Amino acid sequence: MATVTLAKAVTMGLRAAMEADPKVLVMGEDVGKLGGVFRVTDGLQKDFGEDRVIDTPLAESGIIGTAIGLALRGYRPVCEIQFDGFVYPAFDQIVSQLAKMRARALGKVSLPVVVRIPVGGGIGAVEHHSESNEAYFAHTAGLRVVACSNPVDAYFMTQQAIASDDPVILYEPKRRYWEKADLDESLTLEQAAPLHSARVLRSGTDATVIAYGPMVKTAMEAATAAAEEGKELEVIDLRSLSPLDTGTLEASARKTGRVVVVHEAPGFLGMGSELAARITETCFFSLEAPVLRVTGFDTPYPPSRLEEEYLPDLDRLLDAVDRSLAY
Amino acid sequence: MSVFDQDTRIVDVSTLVRLYRGMVRIRRAEERILELLLQNRLSSTMCHVSIGQEAVAVGVCDVLRPEDYVTSTHRGHGHFLARGGAMSALMAELMGRETGACRGRGSSMHLVDASIGHLGSNAIVGGHIPIATGAALWSSLTGQSRVAVSFFGDGATTEGIFHEAVNFAAVRGLPVVFVIENNHYAMSLPWERATAQPSVARKAEGYGIIGVDVDGQDVLAVREAADQAVSRARRGEGPTLLGVETYRFLGHSRGDPSTYRDREEEQRWHARDPLLLEKIRLSAAGVAGDVTESLEREIEAEIVAAMEFAEAGPIASVDEVFSDIYATPLGGDQ
Ligand SMILES: Cc1ncc(C[n+]2csc(CCOP(=O)(O)OP(=O)(O)O)c2C)c(N)n1
Repeated sequence: MATVTLAKAVTMGLRAAMEADPKVLVMGEDVGKLGGVFRVTDGLQKDFGEDRVIDTPLAESGIIGTAIGLALRGYRPVCEIQFDGFVYPAFDQIVSQLAKMRARALGKVSLPVVVRIPVGGGIGAVEHHSESNEAYFAHTAGLRVVACSNPVDAYFMTQQAIASDDPVILYEPKRRYWEKADLDESLTLEQAAPLHSARVLRSGTDATVIAYGPMVKTAMEAATAAAEEGKELEVIDLRSLSPLDTGTLEASARKTGRVVVVHEAPGFLGMGSELAARITETCFFSLEAPVLRVTGFDTPYPPSRLEEEYLPDLDRLLDAVDRSLAY
Repeated sequence: MSVFDQDTRIVDVSTLVRLYRGMVRIRRAEERILELLLQNRLSSTMCHVSIGQEAVAVGVCDVLRPEDYVTSTHRGHGHFLARGGAMSALMAELMGRETGACRGRGSSMHLVDASIGHLGSNAIVGGHIPIATGAALWSSLTGQSRVAVSFFGDGATTEGIFHEAVNFAAVRGLPVVFVIENNHYAMSLPWERATAQPSVARKAEGYGIIGVDVDGQDVLAVREAADQAVSRARRGEGPTLLGVETYRFLGHSRGDPSTYRDREEEQRWHARDPLLLEKIRLSAAGVAGDVTESLEREIEAEIVAAMEFAEAGPIASVDEVFSDIYATPLGGDQ
């Protein structure tokens, strides 16, 4: 048992995957010698060499395209995108090539590529360094999209994503990189929860809060605060954004009858829209209130002085819970 | 052996002083900006300084006319100041004030000031290069002789967008100068690991345009090469790739100890500090020390006044977040 940060847990997950399978390699900007801007790949090049931890030229489109070529020949590349907003130069390769190649080849090829993206705000950075762009990728058939929220999940989800024969976009909540938890490395991948499962983190009866990535911590804090006022919230860590673990979500919606979804991304056509629609379609007669969303604004990411207003916080979340309860 | 690698034409003393002044102004401003960053007085935690690279911005902007255009990078304070941006607008912007160049919304990496032909700096590496090509296309379509200059780093040349922007300009013979501010590292990646053809002159051949490799520590050499490139563009003779060899004296950004660089290499470049080189030239031209001392004092006063101006300005308000996104607000309850 070791106490590790989320960032370190990803490193350990990468290391475990690389040790287990020589076909796993890491590639991206500054991932080798520097160990990545968040030091997530720190030490890997030293131990696995420059051919398995590849410092690429500054070229996101090229990184993903090259990874596709490697994957078609049996490798399992893990690509790092430095910050959320820098994935757009690679958008074409991800959406037009990576996502569609298997279908185009009638299932005869596998694309086991992982794209790791540090995501979200809260670190005092600027535009392009604080975005939440998961909806673009979740919208694209052929991609699997997951988001970890804590060190233990980070460790296992990294390895599970690498083991996936389909491309996985793995979101890492950058402002939670330094959060710590105990990690039992003797646990095996088989003992971990499946990659595409949601998890009920706290059980409650009054309302369900669905969160993922950086917002999970906020949701748990909100549940603690609500409990002091006698309201029992059920908190679900979504973990998998595509596919959705509808079973877990629906069971909770039926139980509490009230659902609030929270994410940093803008509300318009965000994950909350899909979740609200799904839950309404399947649980309509169990609902006591419309599914509510607490999200970032439908604006470009604001300057850092204002990001606290932009990011959903405890108050905004509890306010939505109250509105749901008032129905 | 002379510290100057390239022979340059003789210029008048006032030009030498003006160039020196321009570089000192950027150096002192960025030294102060770093202090403010460490004191948590900037609006963002992110800030990249161009200390060591001042000759590039100053040498190039010196030959531009007010009606010309520039686009710039995440390391763009120097381009902004050299292009004629106000110190007060820069400081207020970095401190997130309404009185800043972008009303506190852009901060260090997104400086824009259309009034001085600055079409914007950009945090997406390479994102602004085709924008200069576009400004040059406008110039060409409307029969103007206005030139567009794009500053960008060595790292940007490995993004696909660089190729697209240069090729488009080359094919149409557009009045644009692409300034590769080659500080030899894209974050930790050394230039020789980024390209198999380090010569920008040779790279340009591939595009069918003129390319020039220039000593970027010598402001006169930069100015001269830029002058020729800009003049060619103005005469309608097409784009130029300017490969300006320089070095960032500090880390990529705060908290980067540059462990990927060799200390000896750093010392070699520090010995060719562009301010130092220009000072040698000034004293050879007989410019007395009191001239440089008094310009230091003037610049210090300008910076102090700019900081006071910035701190007196109101902090950007949250309502700002919703404005200016569309020409006509969407309406509805978005
Ligand atoms: C599209 C994109 N990818 C990655 C980054 C992260 N990043 C910021 S600066 C930088 C290095 C840029 O190197 P260069 O163009 O040589 O400019 P320099 O920083 O040396 O001035 C990187 C990788 C980014 N800002 N944009």
